[in-house]
Amino acid sequence: MRKLIIALAFLLPGAVFAAGGNVHLDKAPVDLTDKASLQRGAKIFMNYCLGCHSMQYQRYQRTFSDLGIPDELGQEYLQFTGEKVTDYITRSMPEDNAATWFGAAPPDLTLVNRVRGSDWIYTYLRSFYVDESRPFGVNNAVFKDVGMPHVLQPLQGTPRLTHEETMIDGEMKEQFVGIKTDGDGALSTEEYDQAVADLVNFLAYSGEPFRLQSESIGKWVLVFIIVLFFFVFLLKKEYWKEVH
Amino acid sequence: MNAFLNWIEERIPMMRVANMHAIQYPAPRNMNFWYVFGFLATIVLVNQIVTGIWLTMNYNPTAEGAFFSVEYIMREVDFGWIIRYMHSTGASAFFIVVYMHMFRGMIYGSYQKPRELLWVFGMFIYLALMAEAFMGYVLPWGQMSYWGAQVIVSLFSAIPVIGPDLVIWIQGDYVISGATLNRFFALHVIALPLVIVILVFLHIIALHEVGSNNPDGVAIKHKKGSLSESEKTPYEIHEYYTSKYDIADDVVPFFPHIVLKDLVAFSVFLFVFCYIMFFAPEMGGKFLEHPNFEIANPLKTPEHIFPVWYFTPFYAILKAVPDKLFGVIAMFGAIAALFALPWLDRGRVKSWRYRCGLHKVNLLVFAAVFVFLGYLGGTPQENWKIIASQIATVFYFGFFVALFLYSKNEKTKPVPARIPK
Amino acid sequence: MSNVSVDAKDSALSETQPDNTRRRFLTVATSVVGAVGVGGAAVPFVTSWNPSAKAKAAGADVEVDISAIEPGQLIRVMWRSKPVWIVRRTPETLAGLADHEDILRDPNSEAEQQPAFAKNRYRSLKEEYLILVGICTHLGCSPQYLKDGAFEEAVEGVPDGFFCPCHGSKFDMAGRVFQSVPAPLNLVVPPYQFVDDTTVIIGSEAEAV
Repeated sequence: MRKLIIALAFLLPGAVFAAGGNVHLDKAPVDLTDKASLQRGAKIFMNYCLGCHSMQYQRYQRTFSDLGIPDELGQEYLQFTGEKVTDYITRSMPEDNAATWFGAAPPDLTLVNRVRGSDWIYTYLRSFYVDESRPFGVNNAVFKDVGMPHVLQPLQGTPRLTHEETMIDGEMKEQFVGIKTDGDGALSTEEYDQAVADLVNFLAYSGEPFRLQSESIGKWVLVFIIVLFFFVFLLKKEYWKEVH
Repeated sequence: MNAFLNWIEERIPMMRVANMHAIQYPAPRNMNFWYVFGFLATIVLVNQIVTGIWLTMNYNPTAEGAFFSVEYIMREVDFGWIIRYMHSTGASAFFIVVYMHMFRGMIYGSYQKPRELLWVFGMFIYLALMAEAFMGYVLPWGQMSYWGAQVIVSLFSAIPVIGPDLVIWIQGDYVISGATLNRFFALHVIALPLVIVILVFLHIIALHEVGSNNPDGVAIKHKKGSLSESEKTPYEIHEYYTSKYDIADDVVPFFPHIVLKDLVAFSVFLFVFCYIMFFAPEMGGKFLEHPNFEIANPLKTPEHIFPVWYFTPFYAILKAVPDKLFGVIAMFGAIAALFALPWLDRGRVKSWRYRCGLHKVNLLVFAAVFVFLGYLGGTPQENWKIIASQIATVFYFGFFVALFLYSKNEKTKPVPARIPK
Repeated sequence: MSNVSVDAKDSALSETQPDNTRRRFLTVATSVVGAVGVGGAAVPFVTSWNPSAKAKAAGADVEVDISAIEPGQLIRVMWRSKPVWIVRRTPETLAGLADHEDILRDPNSEAEQQPAFAKNRYRSLKEEYLILVGICTHLGCSPQYLKDGAFEEAVEGVPDGFFCPCHGSKFDMAGRVFQSVPAPLNLVVPPYQFVDDTTVIIGSEAEAV
């Protein structure tokens, strides 16, 4: 099995396995106005990510209020680290352990969406597959040899690379068709995609928590500038009409 | 009220200076849209200074605190994100308007006699602005800040003999460190802005001494007594100019005519600026590069390092030369050639409207090559790009060589004595 | 763009007869729109000087467990980065408050230095617990708590009180200022409320029933 996968890795037709930035990325359905999705995403983040990754530039209270969650509810269901609702969202794992366990300290995720882009994260979290050669028994098609275990496996189920033999140019070749799970996860494929989408949505929020505010202010600013242009233009015309 | 104003005026000539340099300054009436970028650059400079002052109120110039403090400004300070985005968008906007401003000077020959020093002061502003922008980019202390600084500062190691020691001296440490960040902060917020403001002042004084050029490159100031009354401008022009020259009926006063024209351009500019600022402040990773949202990590280089877009043409020239020292020389040579432009162009006719066809082609090719170099310097290295950037570099310097050669005995069209109606 | 200069220009160009009304209207309208723009642009700069979201969060209400305070003891807590004292007064202290009112500046708390609920002799919600912002109303030093007769040196016959080391202001065990000291006003009583018998929240008052 292991050999097959390694062989596969070389055979794959460019698409998924190519190193670096050439991976085909699925479009992440980010919608910052969807508070329910953001709340679900926050819940996944706090339950599955925060063990190792912090969100240390963001405070609980800000997050709760932006997501429409009352402080008390948030503290009860979403806050597992920190004492006060005004604390930053820091991880519980000490820094030294992190580096020892994973080779490198898991990065802070506050701004990960601005570093990687939501499409990358969305595809990445759906591209883990079983690879016994790796320390955690999984590899990732988007981030080769990533030092991160597949923490969402209980939700997704055991993901495996699948391939089919198809006739190409008169030869039977192994054609990579995607990642399929054993169906042992708590969620169906569609549900898992939706869960990842919610999580990505939340990370998109945390990267720029003022995004919606920015756009709603921005609209009025642009309208104002058009009005300003209108008056300045007419006044300029008025003064220049005598200049020939 | 008037008595009070007079009391002031007798002691400090505010109104006289305002009249002389702003209100009653004679500007050619045929100045087109290319002439708004000086005004826009001034506006952006003010924007950078004001937002910069406000950013320092919460910024923490230490290796430990810089990245955090930027996010603090973005998240915790009321409207801090607006101020920060005004500053980051303003940095790129500054270079856009300055590049347009420079190209305007090139196509209309605004660097030619008697405006050589005006051009040189402008080039010094450009140089100071590049230093200012580079140091400013280090301050957020993200990955690009760190590694960009690493690469740029390492350029100095190419200098023979003293290079390596010079790099350590600039860094104040054996690597880019908190000490480097601190001195860059001091230079970015105090030293260089002062230099830029003083240079801008000198630039404007020099401009007003020799007068504004225009798209026809036609003089608007004529020898005293050479124009009849009907040929003189009907507008009220400050005696500073009218006492020395006859000002032709080719001018409008700076205020309100030019100011209004500039304000029209300003509102268009502001629309674009605000659109980017509120809706796409990263500008697809060009204005704010994606890896810079990750805190500086001296142990891990990002996959691709580019300078911000406004440096990439020169970066491409640096990379095009396979030798480290000569690469650095070529890069600085590319800027030095612009400094020497007034003396490399031996032509007598200013505007490309009246110059030979070759000159027009040469200018357009130069502009295209500059943009192409910017593309090459700002995208990941590929094999074909090495040869392409070498060719483009040859074309870049070829512009100056060709200009020097053909401008001596150039076939030009007759230049009108007055601005055509 | 003032109208004065527009007029000047008009007179200079009188031969071209510019349309003065239109010009004036547009000048005024543009100036007004421009002024609105400048005002709007100033908003982020002005509001950014407010306490940041984090500072506001740090200045939020503080919940304090007071069950462990012994009679006569003073504990300090931080509220909005200011020291807040909580003193559990003994019955003797409470009884003594009435004895020196003739040498106090404002024995009845007439000045607005406390929430309405504390405008009484004890300057507190529950007589037993005195809660004060521990900052002298003179120039902002934090006074010392002198007890068990130590305050007698400052005011004869008053065993406990607060003494400001900076300029010698003196306050009694209800935070009321004595006469002929530099401090002009009684110590500030912050808004607070009791959640239960042993827990107090400093920073907000119970909503009126």
